[in-house]
Amino acid sequence: MVAVDRTSAAERPRGTLDRVPPAYWVVGVLLLVLPAFVSPFILFQIMGWSFVLGLIALSLTFLGGYGGMVSLAQMTFAGLAGYLVAIFGDSAVDTISQGWPWWAVIPLALILTVLFATLVGWLAVRTEGIYTIVITLAIAAAFFYFTRQNYDIFNGFQGFNSVLPPHLFGVDWRGGVAFYYLSLFWAAAGYFLVLYLARAPFGLALQGVRDNPRRMAALGYNVTAHRVAAYALAGLIAGVGGILLTWQSSQISPGTIAIGPAIDILVIAVVGGLRHPIGAFIGALIYVLLKIFAVDVLVALGLSGERFQLLIGLGFLVIVFFSPDGILGLWDKLRASMRRDPLTGRDRSDLP
Amino acid sequence: MRRFTTRHPVWTAIIALAAAILLWLIFAAWPDGLTDAIGRKKIFLNALFNGITLGGLYFLVASGFTLIFGLMRNVNLAHGTLYMLGGYAGFYAASLTGSWILAFPIAFVVIGACGVLLQVLVFRRMEGEDLRQTLVTIGISIVVADLMLWGFGGDFYNINPPEWLSGPMQTFLVTAVKSDGTPVFMKYPMVRIVIFLFAVVVGVAMWLALNRTRIGMMIRAGVDDREMLAASGIRIQLIFIGVFGFGAGLAGIAGVVGGTFQSIAPGEDTRFLLASLVVVIVGGMGSIPGAALGALLIGLAEQFGSVYFPTYAVVLTFLIMVVVLAFRPQGLLGRS
Repeated sequence: MVAVDRTSAAERPRGTLDRVPPAYWVVGVLLLVLPAFVSPFILFQIMGWSFVLGLIALSLTFLGGYGGMVSLAQMTFAGLAGYLVAIFGDSAVDTISQGWPWWAVIPLALILTVLFATLVGWLAVRTEGIYTIVITLAIAAAFFYFTRQNYDIFNGFQGFNSVLPPHLFGVDWRGGVAFYYLSLFWAAAGYFLVLYLARAPFGLALQGVRDNPRRMAALGYNVTAHRVAAYALAGLIAGVGGILLTWQSSQISPGTIAIGPAIDILVIAVVGGLRHPIGAFIGALIYVLLKIFAVDVLVALGLSGERFQLLIGLGFLVIVFFSPDGILGLWDKLRASMRRDPLTGRDRSDLP
Repeated sequence: MRRFTTRHPVWTAIIALAAAILLWLIFAAWPDGLTDAIGRKKIFLNALFNGITLGGLYFLVASGFTLIFGLMRNVNLAHGTLYMLGGYAGFYAASLTGSWILAFPIAFVVIGACGVLLQVLVFRRMEGEDLRQTLVTIGISIVVADLMLWGFGGDFYNINPPEWLSGPMQTFLVTAVKSDGTPVFMKYPMVRIVIFLFAVVVGVAMWLALNRTRIGMMIRAGVDDREMLAASGIRIQLIFIGVFGFGAGLAGIAGVVGGTFQSIAPGEDTRFLLASLVVVIVGGMGSIPGAALGALLIGLAEQFGSVYFPTYAVVLTFLIMVVVLAFRPQGLLGRS
């Protein structure tokens, strides 16, 4: 009845550590020792940025993949958290920034973001399917225009710059290695949270609501409450990502949360694949690599570097046209065809 | 109408009162106190006319979108792109043929053909897959937007109306009375009034076509039950192609209108996509009268907003959408 996440059903031996698939050990160790081998640029710009964008896209994966609600407002939630950190904390615009300590600013920013996400969710779940996309897109646009026009709180077109992470434990968290571990920690936290929730009662009920809301309502579940709660949680994940994004670029402005970036988050999540949380991070890594190196590739091909959007758009178009499940879907197709016996066309594991 | 009055007497009274106040504001000479409070009458009348004519433009864009959605449940997020392509097509048609009038049929045919291609190549392959349609059309709009930026550059393109349409037109509305007692009449650009009338004609023609002709009957039947219509021997795929082509062609015409009213430049595609989305959400997806009402409301809100609270004019339109959604999720004239 309820389509549970596949990996959870596939691997379930006994023992706590035995249950962790070997791929996790390999990737985990590799990510932990990576700073020993590569330059701070790669750590900060490529890996750090990928983790942060992946975290924001993860909130969409959770909402879209497990809740069946595709929201284009995730970048808006992220941007709001970033803005709140700039407003309550420190920035170069000291007429607006309050300069409160970090232990007050960060929880406050996250709480307000979750409240906003709940409100948006409450509004968006009144509609279904395609309407949800349209409405969240409109909310994202409204928030973008609002921040661009409002100079009293959001400092208008310029936004805030020099929004820096606190110097905790004597570490400069914007340094290459430090930011790498910081973003890795939160990305992993988000990843495992979503993975855990997918098997927790709440996540199972949410997947049930996705597959058949009417039946879930008949079983006594409050469909609306589950959906709104999913929005609130996705708002929290996006909010953490937004704070990290603000620290990484040390600024937040309406350009960060414009309609283009909002759609980019959707592109990242869909290209990676909405069916599993890892898809968000794969999509983010591809996006960041393209964004940084596409110009060189285009110039090498004899085109001007401005055609970056074209490359991204074409790649996105090809993937959604041929594989609606993104890269993960392609991977599954490949594995299925490897397993198939070329002579009989049947699954090899089925053979005696 | 009569049912509405008997069922909602309070709302009817409020609407009638608002209409009376509006009529008084339009036709009466304003007393000094009112002028001091909300500015001169000329500004008010200009905002009103701009809002209504902008609503006409929004209606042209949004009616195609709502028609396509209503019949086929196709979500075409490349509609803004079609609008902008129409603007460019109209610009080149007008400068090559030297005729502003000819730009309309050319843009209609060219963009209609693009719409037919979209329906045949894209939407037919993914019928009923909302999310995939959305994603593919977002992809198409990203790609085409960049191709247009490549081909046409970032300049502003203006389509100039012909001589006999440019220049102001004297209306019969009094904006002020001079000290010697002679009334001052309002002047308004002729081309905007003509185009608004054109939008009204298009809207009425669409309504008549949908409600009084055989094709319109088929389309309405298709909205209600596609499978049954196909089963009764109608070649529904042809109707789909025709409706998609027509809706896209309307977006193309709207592009020419937009190029005449304002200008065509990169970014206009997103703006008009958003505008038509808001219009159809407010009016009710799939409803032509709803699109007209929504377009009028949003056009007026945008213009009055930019005159009376300039800072948050853009936000005002979205606020209207949020309020409508919160109290009537299916839109003002939508069917639940």
